[in-house]
Amino acid sequence: MTPVLELRGITKRFPGVLANDHIDLTLEQGTIHALLGENGAGKTTLMNILYGLYKPDEGEIFVNGEPFHVHSPSDAIARGIGMVHQHFMLIPVFTVTENVMLGEESLKTGGFLDREAAAKRIREISSQYGLEVNPDSYIKDLPVGVQQRVEIIKLLYRNANILIFDEPTAVLTPQEADELFEIMHSLTAQGKSIIFITHKLREVLQVADIITVIRRGRVIGSVLPSEADQSKLATMMVGREVKLELEKEPPRPKETILKVENLIVTDETHQVAVDDVSFEVREGEILGIAGVQGNGQTELVEAVTGMRDVEDGKVFLMGKDVTHAIPRKFTEAGTAHVPEDRQRDGLVLPFPVMENLMLCTYYLPPFAKGAIIQWDYVMQNATRLVEEFDIRTPSIFTPAGSLSGGNQQKVIVARELSRPIHLLVAAQPTRGLDVGSIEYIHSQILKRRDEGVAVLLVSTELDEIMQLSDRIAVMYRGKITATVSAEEASKELIGLLMAGVPLEDARQQIQKKAAQSEKIGGAN
Amino acid sequence: MTSNSEEPKKPGVGQIFLEELNNQFKPPKKDDKKRGGISQTILIPLLAVITGLIIGGIFIILTTEQVYAAFGQSFGAGLAAAWDAVSKAYSGLFTGAFGDPARMIAALQSGDELQIRRAFNPFLESLVTSTPYIFAGLAVALGFRAGVFNIGAEGQIFIGAITATFVGYSVTGLPAIIHVPLALLAGAAGGAFWGFIPGWLKAKTGGHEVINTIMMNYIAFRLSDFLLTGPMKRPGSFNPVSPEILPSAWLPRFFPDPIRFHLGFFIALGIAYLVYWYLFKTTWGFELRTVGTNPNAAKYAGMNVTKNIVLAMSLSGALAGLAGANEVLGVNRNLAMAFSSGYGFDSIALALLGNNHPLGVVLASLLFGTLRSGATRMQLTAGIPNDIISILQAVILAFIAAPAIIRTIYRLRKPTVEEAGVTIRGWGG
Repeated sequence: MTPVLELRGITKRFPGVLANDHIDLTLEQGTIHALLGENGAGKTTLMNILYGLYKPDEGEIFVNGEPFHVHSPSDAIARGIGMVHQHFMLIPVFTVTENVMLGEESLKTGGFLDREAAAKRIREISSQYGLEVNPDSYIKDLPVGVQQRVEIIKLLYRNANILIFDEPTAVLTPQEADELFEIMHSLTAQGKSIIFITHKLREVLQVADIITVIRRGRVIGSVLPSEADQSKLATMMVGREVKLELEKEPPRPKETILKVENLIVTDETHQVAVDDVSFEVREGEILGIAGVQGNGQTELVEAVTGMRDVEDGKVFLMGKDVTHAIPRKFTEAGTAHVPEDRQRDGLVLPFPVMENLMLCTYYLPPFAKGAIIQWDYVMQNATRLVEEFDIRTPSIFTPAGSLSGGNQQKVIVARELSRPIHLLVAAQPTRGLDVGSIEYIHSQILKRRDEGVAVLLVSTELDEIMQLSDRIAVMYRGKITATVSAEEASKELIGLLMAGVPLEDARQQIQKKAAQSEKIGGAN
Repeated sequence: MTSNSEEPKKPGVGQIFLEELNNQFKPPKKDDKKRGGISQTILIPLLAVITGLIIGGIFIILTTEQVYAAFGQSFGAGLAAAWDAVSKAYSGLFTGAFGDPARMIAALQSGDELQIRRAFNPFLESLVTSTPYIFAGLAVALGFRAGVFNIGAEGQIFIGAITATFVGYSVTGLPAIIHVPLALLAGAAGGAFWGFIPGWLKAKTGGHEVINTIMMNYIAFRLSDFLLTGPMKRPGSFNPVSPEILPSAWLPRFFPDPIRFHLGFFIALGIAYLVYWYLFKTTWGFELRTVGTNPNAAKYAGMNVTKNIVLAMSLSGALAGLAGANEVLGVNRNLAMAFSSGYGFDSIALALLGNNHPLGVVLASLLFGTLRSGATRMQLTAGIPNDIISILQAVILAFIAAPAIIRTIYRLRKPTVEEAGVTIRGWGG
């Protein structure tokens, strides 16, 4: 059978980089083909070529065996290729129907929009593929998982046969991700074909029919999920052995370092983002804050590092009231802060690596004597940290902006962990990083914990929270809805809590489920 | 660059200086070799100047009537006339700016002191013209480094000139060693105050400095008009001009008349070094640059963003004020209406051309000063209106502001986002 899509020898060069090096990829009808690779491996470039956003330097594309010359996304859509972007392209104040028909409006006589006809098609599509959604809801009222369904419906509405999913689970709870995988299976069962771009090993094994691994712009190989496991895939992806399981010693918590009492924080629009939150973090333990993005974690982190003022409540650092203190107070009291948005807050991108490595302590000796910066020491310090933290950079004079995301993050981690600290606040410390960098940063965080640092870890990656935390607090709509110990925490439990299910209900649900599967197991 | 992460070669001061000019320690790029490895931060201004001269030449040809007449005769004669017009203009510009080598030699041989002074005067006069450009260019560049766009240099020049003049004629009985610095300081303080106001407004109310500095310019112009027709008017004079500044406050000149070359030039160079030192050697400068490049990261690093914005505007104003003080104390020796011919506005171009680096600003100022000073002479010898220099400056500035044009003409590669400068951030507020 002719494959629905075939890429042959796709090559794309950017100045100084070979983003795609003779990539071959074959997508058979009715299958899910996972494209696995680290950030910067060339997955997105390849898909942008397929989608008409970039022109390849070499290579050919065939759709259903016919050569396909793509110049713009509209060409791709016309040939039945559609992409679900990582960031949704929806208008919040429009209804589902209006968003779906946007650009493809069906009209009544006289030039009026025919919403009824469009809504009817949407209902047909959603029942056919199990994409539950109410066509009359406004996008702004829908949870993220449902918004993603609207994106998928948009493509099916335009008769897409090949669907590209670009890191689709990044914004979803585990349960929502499972629902998405079901939808993907129902799509392929009815003849659609899917390219699934991701860097998450667990997901490809769960959902893909075939996995192609890309590293540094090249196809390393294709494997069937039945023949692969996580460590094999990780090795293919990174090019060396990777430890996926962290060796973790039991925590030895001591004195309380950070204490937060009835904290209330508002966001830019003066909406309450952190609502009456209390917790404490002790020496030698990691408190993980789990939650779907946008549930107040950002504001919480900013409030406990002095970046955002507090409306009400108290923040204590080693017994001292620091509720309205400025960031420098926190730094000087021994707080390290790995900010959520590294390019916005954590780095000055045009500045050289060595200047970024002194960003928080530039005014203190030995970086400065009086007001005079000691460049000799700055260079020494940078050279040492580049080596110690394995920052891959052409030199310490290279602007931080020219480093890869993982190395940018290492610059921040190196800077924050290289001074004596009592508290580490790490927000999304490994977002967008490759397996190798994640492994390294995790081991550094654990090392600090074992040395007696109190760690507040905020992450939307459930795997990360589960691997590192000694206690896990779940944030939902600005409140900490539950705090559970690492022993009790299971993916299912945290997932339910992240979706807003109260702790007791969640526990019962899981017990019920366990009992049920036991029953089924017993019956078989 | 030879250094690598294992064992960085410690760069010398000169290398660091050049690399900083090179827009902050650039990474080595393997594919840069095609263009001789010269960074675009230097290459683009250079090409802009050359292209500006070419376009200026075209304008000269288009505006010279003899060329049209010659083309009427024959094509060859037309070309010859065109070449003649351009070469006459540019050689006039050159001798106007640097002096006539033949005349210099003749004067030296004759040994007549007045002849020698006259022969070398064009070159020194170019330096005199460059001096206020250096001060004002540094003012705008320092603002850009801190992420503020100081369009108000012109107004700050006026205020600096007013305060310097006032101290220059009203304070009597001081020796020059005290009076000159005092008058300069008064100029700097006046400019600093005029820069502080929009800086403070931005920090406290969010009012955009571009709007507010423009408004402050108008206030400064009218204030100077008022003072020169009223409180500061020279007694017994019908013209709106201030009293003569006392000789004890004059910036000393190095040669007898007609050479006006004065100490201000060396003060400007000293200040340029001071600005360089401040920006790149001190924690204050590091704060300023961080605030200007990424205010969020500055806040994260514990820096006081508003304080730095106010400080940068005040320092920028002080530098512009020095430009005004330099002119009245060194050249004019009084304050007249509209004494500054747009130095403050040209200085925006200088900062851009010099890539907001003190050394770059000095070089750009020398270029602009030379062009301006040479143009007067060119008008005399070649009959080319010196407005052509304004066109030349405008074209150069346009190319600097839109480097894509230069890149397209000379087929340079586009730099990555991170390599691009921070200049334009000033607009974002």
